[in-house]
Amino acid sequence: MNWPFAQRDNGAPEGTNGRIIEMRGIQKVYDTGKIQVEALRGIDLTVERGEFVAVVGPSGSGKSTLLNLLGCLDTPTEGKYLLAGEPVAGMDRDGLAEVRNRRVGFVFQNFNLLPQLSALENVEMPMLFGGVPSRQRRERARKLLEQVGLGDRVEHKPTELSGGQMQRVAVARALAMEPDLILADEPTGNLDTASGSDVLSLLTELWRGGATLVVVTHDTALAERAPRIVEMRDGRIVDR
Amino acid sequence: MSLQAFFRQLGRDLVTQKLRTFLTVFGITWGTVAVSLLLAFGLGLQRQQTRSMAGLGDRIVIAWPSRTSKPWQGVDRGRRILMRGEDILFLERSVPGVAAISPEMSTELKARWGTKVRAVRVSGVWPSYGAMRNMIPQEGGRFIDALDQARRRRVVFVGNEIAGDLFGTQDAVGKVVQLGGSPFTVIGVLQPKEQDSAYSGRDHSKFVIPESTFRALTGRRYLDDFIYKAERPKLNASLTLRIRNTLARRMHFDPSDDQAIQVWDTTEMFQFFDTFMLAFNVFLGVMGLLTLVVGGIGVSNIMNVVVDERTREIGIKMALGAKGRTILLQFLAETLVITAAGGAAGLLLAFGICRGVSHLGLEKTIGNPVLSPGIAILTTVSLGLIGFIAGYFPARDAARLDPVVAMKV
Ligand SMILES: Nc1ncnc2c1ncn2[C@@H]1O[C@H](COP(=O)(O)OP(=O)(O)O)[C@@H](O)[C@H]1O
Ligand SMILES: [Mg+2]
Repeated sequence: MNWPFAQRDNGAPEGTNGRIIEMRGIQKVYDTGKIQVEALRGIDLTVERGEFVAVVGPSGSGKSTLLNLLGCLDTPTEGKYLLAGEPVAGMDRDGLAEVRNRRVGFVFQNFNLLPQLSALENVEMPMLFGGVPSRQRRERARKLLEQVGLGDRVEHKPTELSGGQMQRVAVARALAMEPDLILADEPTGNLDTASGSDVLSLLTELWRGGATLVVVTHDTALAERAPRIVEMRDGRIVDR
Repeated sequence: MSLQAFFRQLGRDLVTQKLRTFLTVFGITWGTVAVSLLLAFGLGLQRQQTRSMAGLGDRIVIAWPSRTSKPWQGVDRGRRILMRGEDILFLERSVPGVAAISPEMSTELKARWGTKVRAVRVSGVWPSYGAMRNMIPQEGGRFIDALDQARRRRVVFVGNEIAGDLFGTQDAVGKVVQLGGSPFTVIGVLQPKEQDSAYSGRDHSKFVIPESTFRALTGRRYLDDFIYKAERPKLNASLTLRIRNTLARRMHFDPSDDQAIQVWDTTEMFQFFDTFMLAFNVFLGVMGLLTLVVGGIGVSNIMNVVVDERTREIGIKMALGAKGRTILLQFLAETLVITAAGGAAGLLLAFGICRGVSHLGLEKTIGNPVLSPGIAILTTVSLGLIGFIAGYFPARDAARLDPVVAMKV
């Protein structure tokens, strides 16, 4: 199948050597008034285009924080981060929004679909913010839903879909803007084993198609599928 | 975001928030009705009052020659000032700034038409009197003209009520009535008008004849009063001063004696009324505006709740690349649409109420409310402003949400 990412010619910007993620000395401190939580204490991480990385580690070790930083949902307290060669550390909110829109596709544990919208409209949403014309939006969204096996569910609302189907809608949505990077935070965490392995197969298929994937997971089955595993503990990456 | 998507989103928001939306729109509608109706009634009342004040005359001055209240050149106070038509002619010619002037003599005479006999108030005046006193003839008739005055014609301009009384439904013009024993031809009938003040009976029950004819008929020489006006209402006061001075010299009384010629400047009444109405309208407007502001606070509250309820959605949208501006505009536009819908309904309702009230026959008392373009614009502008303010703060809060935190809600 022809998935919309990665192997595009315009893929990696020049001078990045195909490097999608390059993090140096990233720290993240949550300042909650009285206490300061050091969620990340110096992360160095490089991910090449086309890699499939599983991030594992105990709860509270900073996996989600790392993923949020990778996806430009949040900014680091300290450190340097190049996303597809673009320095994003100093960007303002709107700049980050644009980077998220163009470069990143998110898949969340709890799907994060908009309940009042149909599957099709959910997949269209990133393209709406990306300024894709409506007809193109519609066609693309339909095609993506077909590719994730939901061609007959386009008009369904999330509540009318099973968990596995919802997560597949989310995957389709993540692909909508042809991202450089797909980030998934516990994508199978809310799914039963069967639909979990469904989604897992879908992600693996994406990777085989050329996608760059970073997946946070507790799921050993999922982690085992990934050629590279990054383990975290106490805000640091540890060697295995 | 595309317009279509915006309206679909709006539609969904409004449907899922049925009661709240209804209450909000209702609040704004209520406020709009309050503002526009209060102002419309104010304007109607003002117009009605102005109209009925103008029934007496269009910002004229009425002057009565009376008795001196100060001694002058050896003559004791209490001397009667007697004026004739030629004194008025003199004033017209020698005092600058007289736009129109007319003497008036009046008395009560018997009028007879067929078997009907009535005692009517009769005034003898000059042609300029008609326009000054807003005595407009009905179709097919006319007021006294210069030739009538010059030739002492026996013609009469009759008030609309006395005309109805005497002639019933027949056309009065051309009829010959006996007045003080002489035949007079009716030349015109007064167009009905509002009149809330008078000094010698209501115009609708009066006969008006040429001053020259009046003198010949009654043998009287001195006039009862005279009326005049300056080019502009503002100049009436200074004109009155010049007239008093001129007359003081001519009639030999103390120029500082303000009792010798008693004056009623009706512009003062208009001025007072205009000031009063302005204050009244400001009061009404402020009352209405407060109601509208209360509605606006309601909208703001609702938008706050909407933002709260949609925090997660906002977070998701931001994660997918929505910029702060997009979120801000979405909420702001939603508020404005709600406000506009409420406002449009309010204006329509107010318009309908104005229409309905016009049929209740309150014109004579409080006047018909007038929803003028000015009022509509004023209401719309305040509404837009209130909608904007009501929507801005919740929308800004929404735009400032942190996507990670918002998605956890
Ligand atoms: N918004 C936040 N404010 C304060 N502390 C936070 C926040 N988000 C995460 N943390 C803290 O940062 C640490 C790492 O959290 P997280 O990245 O969610 O871990 P994981 O995903 O590995 O379970 C935890 O101690 C957590 O309590
Ligand atoms: Mg986590």
